[in-house]
Amino acid sequence: MSIYIQGIVYLFSINLISVMGLSLLTGFTGSFCFGQAGFMAVGAYTSGMLTKLVGWPLWIGIICGALAGALISIPIGLPTLKLKGDYFAIATLGFAEAVRLILENLQQYTGGARGIPGIETMDSPVPVLIIALVIYVLIRFYVASTHGRSCIAIREDEMAANCIGINSPRMKTISFFVNGLLAGLAGALLAHYVGFIQPSMFGMAKSTELIIMVIFGGMHSVTGALLSTVMLTSLPELLRAASIWRLVAYGLLVVIIMVVRPEGLLGSWELSIANLKQIWNNLFNRKPSVKEGN
Amino acid sequence: MIFQQIVNGLSIGSVYAMIAVGYSLVYSVLNFSNFAHGEILMIGSFMGFFLLSVLKVPFPITLALSMVGAGVVAMAIERFGYRPLRLRKAPTLYFMIAAMGFSVFLQNLAIIVFTPNFRTYPQLFPLEPIILGQVAIGRLDLLIFIISLVSLSLLSLFIYKTKVGTAIRATAYNYRVASLMGINPDIVIGIVFFLAGGTAGLGGMLFGMKYTTYPWMGALTIKAFIAAVVGGLGSLPGAVLGSFILGMVETFASGYVSSSFRDLFSYAIMIIIIIFLPSGLLGKNTSEKA
Repeated sequence: MSIYIQGIVYLFSINLISVMGLSLLTGFTGSFCFGQAGFMAVGAYTSGMLTKLVGWPLWIGIICGALAGALISIPIGLPTLKLKGDYFAIATLGFAEAVRLILENLQQYTGGARGIPGIETMDSPVPVLIIALVIYVLIRFYVASTHGRSCIAIREDEMAANCIGINSPRMKTISFFVNGLLAGLAGALLAHYVGFIQPSMFGMAKSTELIIMVIFGGMHSVTGALLSTVMLTSLPELLRAASIWRLVAYGLLVVIIMVVRPEGLLGSWELSIANLKQIWNNLFNRKPSVKEGN
Repeated sequence: MIFQQIVNGLSIGSVYAMIAVGYSLVYSVLNFSNFAHGEILMIGSFMGFFLLSVLKVPFPITLALSMVGAGVVAMAIERFGYRPLRLRKAPTLYFMIAAMGFSVFLQNLAIIVFTPNFRTYPQLFPLEPIILGQVAIGRLDLLIFIISLVSLSLLSLFIYKTKVGTAIRATAYNYRVASLMGINPDIVIGIVFFLAGGTAGLGGMLFGMKYTTYPWMGALTIKAFIAAVVGGLGSLPGAVLGSFILGMVETFASGYVSSSFRDLFSYAIMIIIIIFLPSGLLGKNTSEKA
């Protein structure tokens, strides 16, 4: 594999891991998270500092990064997830900004705005890609499980979900915890792919880009998030010339999607053998589909 | 020293108040956080800058024009973005996402159109401050404080004393019942966005005059949100009170601790308020309404 392709595979896998967490939290549980980059920063700095300054092995550092992301989500989620969604959105935004400020100002440990150079890098993107795809499958299973269905019920109508006995703060905290874990993991992997971290890598723009990936693909579909991660990671590579207009177009598209087609690219369609068969039948046999009549 | 800090705190607090009031106004009627509010502020600030420095329009007319301009932009955002969602009874999450989309769109468009530079307003008032004992009050600070006080008083007169204001309060109290009483919610919400946009535009212009104008200055809205949370989301007096508290805390934090940790103090206040007093100082209930 050429280094260029390797780079794209790394970026895609890392984005996918983070987007999977966000898809569960924002797409399926309905809690709007504005601070994904903050959790990635926590993971990246934990792993980067443990491997570089303390000298721990690479993969143990990455695991610690993921755990740090998960643990930090608890004190933020517990007070805010019980309140209206707006508090949560702003609390996550405030958290991400606070993390960036702290990293920039604790010069003696984090190198301040200049960041930490010379972090150990990985040899091959294949393990990262495998981890990302395994996480995709696990999230698919989670969403189809009792827990996942409770999350969907909370998204659709929180009060009704509470009435049928779903403990909504608990379910939301679990989703937030998983999101923190995956964001921390993605951040740690990013640190060990680039080999260099600085606070400006984890700004508002990063959080926004990740949440846009979830919205494009369809907030109710894990496969949609996968598809839009592929597209939005590779499109900028193809459209280098128009890169300054990219975010303008993203913003406008998000509005249009919300107004015209809020279910996004795939709606709630998922990749499965049954669904593929149905497409096959619709395309070639033209038989009435099995699923109709509900 | 302490009095000087209080003066500075009042000055920045009055700018926050103008932003937070619009934020709270939209929140009280539509029950969602309008993340595009900051970009309206940015547009108002740039309008004021170009009118003053390029077209050389007199200051009072600039003030009025950038207010109206920002108000119209806010109304357009409501008309094309939020109204279709409102008519479809979309969940709050979709409103927040659409608002984020507008914010990303306008901010990056501004970066391309206006170039990512910091711009300074032309010097309109003499720099030397008014000295009162040991306290120096900048003429600009005084002007900002007066403009903010006057416009906030006019706004509250409008909302609490006029017929349209009563309609706005009725819609905020109960959207559906208000529309049964013969209030046209489309018009009321249009007016609300115009008022919110206008105060944001004015706030943006005042901020630009005190500091600088730049395409991503919309990030200031997070301060307005914190102020609104401290005072109680959806409460207008709360938004003003929260803004002055926040302004004070920020100037004291940067005066006595360190200016690089100033924003950290604002977030800390918000977290403390959310944990111990989620309805804010003057707010009502904050639990999710069905």
